[in-house]
Amino acid sequence: MNRFIGFLKKEFYHIFRDKRSMLILFGMPIVQIMLFGYVINTDLKDVKMAVLDHSKDEYTAEIINKITSSGYFQLSNNLKSIEQADVIFRKGDVKLILVFEPDFGKKLVKNSKANVQILTDASDPNTANLEVSYLQGILQNYNVEINQDKQLPSSIQANSRMYFNANLESVFMFIPGIMATILMLVSAMMTSISIAREKELGTMEILLVSPLNPLQIILGKVTPYLALSFINALVIVGMGYFVFGVPVLGSFTLLMAESVLFIFLALSIGIFISTVAKSQQVAMMLSMFVLMLPTIILSGFIFPIRNMPVPLQVISYIIPPKYFIVILKNIMLKGVGLEYVWKETLILLAMTFGFIGLSLKKFKIRLQ
Amino acid sequence: MNKDVKVIKVKNLCKKFGDFTANNNLSFEVSKGEIFGFLGANGAGKTTAIKILCGLSYPTSGEISVAGFDVYKQREQLKRNIGYMSQKFSLYEDLTVFENIRFYGGIYGLSKEVIHRKADDLLKKLDLQHARNKRISSLPLGWKQKLAFSVAIFHDPEIVFLDEPTGGVDPVTRRQFWDLIYEASREGITIFVTTHYMDEAEYCDRVSIMVDGKIEALDTPAKLKEDFNAVDMDQVFLALARTATNVE
Amino acid sequence: MNAGISIENLSKTYGSVQALKGINLDINSGELFGLIGPDGAGKTTLFRLLATLLLPDIGSARLCDIDIVEGYKQIRNLLGYMPGKFSLYQDLSVIENLEFFATVFDTRIEDNMDMIHDIWVQIEPFKDRLAGNLSGGMKQKLALCCALIHQPKVLLLDEPTTGVDAVSRSEFWQMLKNLKSKGITIVVATPYMDEANLCERVALIKDGEILQVNTPQEIVDQFERKLYAIKSDDNYQCLLDLREFEFTNSVFLFGQTLHYTDVRKEFSLEEVNSYLKSKGHLHLEIEHVKPGIEDCFMALSTKADGYE
Repeated sequence: MNRFIGFLKKEFYHIFRDKRSMLILFGMPIVQIMLFGYVINTDLKDVKMAVLDHSKDEYTAEIINKITSSGYFQLSNNLKSIEQADVIFRKGDVKLILVFEPDFGKKLVKNSKANVQILTDASDPNTANLEVSYLQGILQNYNVEINQDKQLPSSIQANSRMYFNANLESVFMFIPGIMATILMLVSAMMTSISIAREKELGTMEILLVSPLNPLQIILGKVTPYLALSFINALVIVGMGYFVFGVPVLGSFTLLMAESVLFIFLALSIGIFISTVAKSQQVAMMLSMFVLMLPTIILSGFIFPIRNMPVPLQVISYIIPPKYFIVILKNIMLKGVGLEYVWKETLILLAMTFGFIGLSLKKFKIRLQ
Repeated sequence: MNKDVKVIKVKNLCKKFGDFTANNNLSFEVSKGEIFGFLGANGAGKTTAIKILCGLSYPTSGEISVAGFDVYKQREQLKRNIGYMSQKFSLYEDLTVFENIRFYGGIYGLSKEVIHRKADDLLKKLDLQHARNKRISSLPLGWKQKLAFSVAIFHDPEIVFLDEPTGGVDPVTRRQFWDLIYEASREGITIFVTTHYMDEAEYCDRVSIMVDGKIEALDTPAKLKEDFNAVDMDQVFLALARTATNVE
Repeated sequence: MNAGISIENLSKTYGSVQALKGINLDINSGELFGLIGPDGAGKTTLFRLLATLLLPDIGSARLCDIDIVEGYKQIRNLLGYMPGKFSLYQDLSVIENLEFFATVFDTRIEDNMDMIHDIWVQIEPFKDRLAGNLSGGMKQKLALCCALIHQPKVLLLDEPTTGVDAVSRSEFWQMLKNLKSKGITIVVATPYMDEANLCERVALIKDGEILQVNTPQEIVDQFERKLYAIKSDDNYQCLLDLREFEFTNSVFLFGQTLHYTDVRKEFSLEEVNSYLKSKGHLHLEIEHVKPGIEDCFMALSTKADGYE
C-alpha cells in the first residue's frame, strides 16, 4: 500500500508539473465544450414564423401576440392549409410553423386542454431544437397566466414535429461526443504517453529491476488518470447542463457508472498502446490515429453513421466510443435506463476485459 | 601552424543569461592550423562560447571574429567557413555513408562532380570504400566518428569545431581519430576541440582551461605543466577545476 | 552471504549483431570490479542481462547464487542498478526522487541513512532542486543514492562517470571505495582506461569478448614487450616516421609522448634513435616506461583484431 501511495504521489507530481498535460487535462474539455456549444447555439432573434390558425379566436390571437412580441420570432405568413407547410419550408425563409387546432379557445375553456403543434425545419437541428424550447417556454408562461384565477387548471399541449430530420439526430450530440473524445484522449493518450516517457527516459529500466510487479506499475500509472478523467466527465456534464441547458433526463448515477466503465476501457487501450510504443512520440501518433480520429469521425459524433459508406459503417462497429455515445445519448437525452443500453454496456465491458488481458500479457517484465 | 595568421580573434567576450554570467570576459586568439584545446569542467561555459564562435548565438558584448568574419554581422559567411562535429549528432543514422556525404556537400553548395571526387578520396583515405552504401547505423562507433570528422571538413573550412569528438571511443580508434586531426591541421585547417580525456589535451598545440566562465589558464601543455608544477595535464586540470565555485 | 557473480558462456545477439560472444567471468563477493571497454563492447548488454532485464540466448549467470532467469524476482530485491543514461525523474526534486525509490522498495530514507549518508550530505544542500537542473556530477550522486536506498548486495553501475568532469569523477570513485568497505559487490563499467587502476580487478572487454581478466597490476605486468616513451619536437611527424620504420611493432600517440614497442626482443635503442635522427628529429628523449592499462588494452585489442 505504501508503495502504491508513493507511486501515486510521483505520478501526480509529473502531471501537475507538466504544463502541457495540465492544459490537455483541464483546458481542452472546457475549450471544446465552449467551441462546440457556441458554434451550435446561436442566439435566436427575429426567426421568421408562419401561423396556421384553424381556430382564430381571442386565445390564439393573444398567444401569437405574445410570441411575436418576445423579440425572438417574427410573423411572416398566415397559412391557409397544412399543404402549404412543405412549400414554405422549402423556400427557406420560414423556419417554424405554429398550428392551432380548430376551436382552440373553446377547448381550452371547456376541456381545459387545447393542442398546438409546432412544426420546425430541422435541417439545422440545433437551431430547430432551440426554437422549440423557446416557444414552449412562451406557451408555458401564457398557460400560467391564464390559470391564475382558475380553480381547474387548463393546459396547452404543444407537440413539436420536425421536418427533414425527424429524429433530430446530432442535436445536443456534442456533449456525448465531446465526453467520449475527451475521456478517450485523457485516459488513453495521457497514460500511453506517460508510460512511454518512462521507457524513453530510461526510468522504466529502473522500475523493472525493482521488485514492483507489472500490475503495480500499471495501477500506479493509471489511477491518477482514472481520477482526473472522472473529474473531467463531471465537468463536461456540468458545463453542458449549466451553460447550454443539455439535460440529463435519465439516472445520473447510471450515467457516471457508464462513464467510469468507458474510462476503464480507454485506460486499458492506453496501456495497450504503451506496450507497443517505445517513445512518447510513437505513443502520441498511435493515440491520435488509432483513437482520436476514429472517435471524432467514425463514432457518429459529427457525421451520422448511417450516411457513411458501408465499409466505414462496418469499421464503426469496432469503435468503442460509438457505443458510449449511444449510451450517453440514451441516458442523457432520452432518459432511459439500463434496460435500453445493456447491450452497449456489455460490449464496452467485453472490450475492457479484452484490452486489460492483452496489456497484462504484453506488458514485459524485461526490456525485450 | 602559421602564427602570423589569426583565424579566431576573441576580445572581451561576455555572455550573460539574466544574472548568470556564462562567459566572463574571454580573450584569446587562435592561429591558422593550430590545434586548440578548449577544456573546462561541466558547466564552466564551454558550450556557450562554442555556440557564439559558430554563429549560433550572439554574445552580450565583446569583439569576436571567426575566419575573418564578424559574429554579429557576418554570420552566414562565417558558417560557410567553419565545420562542426559533436559527439551527440553528426551523421544521419538512416542514410548511407555516401548519402550523408552528398547531403553535406550539397549544403555547402559543392558541385556534383566535386562531391563525387572528394567522396572517393575520403572513403579511400578512411578505408571505407566497402561501406559506401551502408547505412550509418550499421557502422561501429569509431568509424562513425572518423567519418563524421571527415564530413565536417568536407567543404575545406578554415576552422573545425569538435565538441567531445572521442567520447566513449576505444583507445585505438581514438588515436586514429587524432591522426585525422593532425593531418587536417597540416593542411591548414584550424582545430578547436573540447575533450574530457586529459591525455588528449597533451596533443593540442595550446590549451585553454575554463573555470566558472573565465579562462584561468591558456598556454602550451608543456608550459602549463611547468607553471602548475604538474606531471600531466590531469593534475593541471584538477588543480584549476577544484577552485570552481560554480557548482550548478 | 555470497554476493558474488558467476557468468558462464553468456551470449546475446540482437538481429545480426552479436553483442556478447560467450563470456565467462567470476566476480567475487565484496569486490570492486571494473568492466573496461569502449562503447559498443557489450558492457551495457552484460549489465542488462545481469539486471534481469534481458534473457540470454545461450549460457547462464548467477548473482548471489541465484539464477538470473529463474530467480529474477529475488535478484531484483538484491540488486542496485544504475543505467548508463541519467535515469531519474527530471521533473521531481532530489528529495522526491529519493523518496519515490525508497517507497518502491518499501522502505524509508531514514532507515537507510547509514548506507547513503556520505553521498547524501553532498547533495542535501540541493534537495529541493529539480533533478533535471543538477550538474552532471550531482545527478550521478543522486542516482547512486537512489540505487543504494534499499541496501542492495550487488551494485551494477553502467558508465557512471561518462560525461562527468574529472573532479566529479574522482569524487565518485572515492564514494565507491567507501561503499566497498560496507561489503557490497560493485561492478562498474567504464570507457576510461585510467579508471581501471581504481578497481581491484578488471575485465578488458571489446566487441563482445573479454580480452583479459586480472588485477590492474597483473595486466600491466603481463605486457609482453618493452615499452618506450619517445618525445620529439614534432610528435606527429615522428609518429608518421616510426610507422615507416621496419622494426616498429606498435606506435601510438600517448599524451606528450609516443609509446613505441619494437618487434624484436633484444635490440639497441641507438638504432631507433639514429633512424629518427636520419629523418630529421634532432631533439629526442627516449626512455623505457611502464605500460598502463591503456597500453595493454591497445596491445590486446590489436592482437585480437589481428587474429580475425
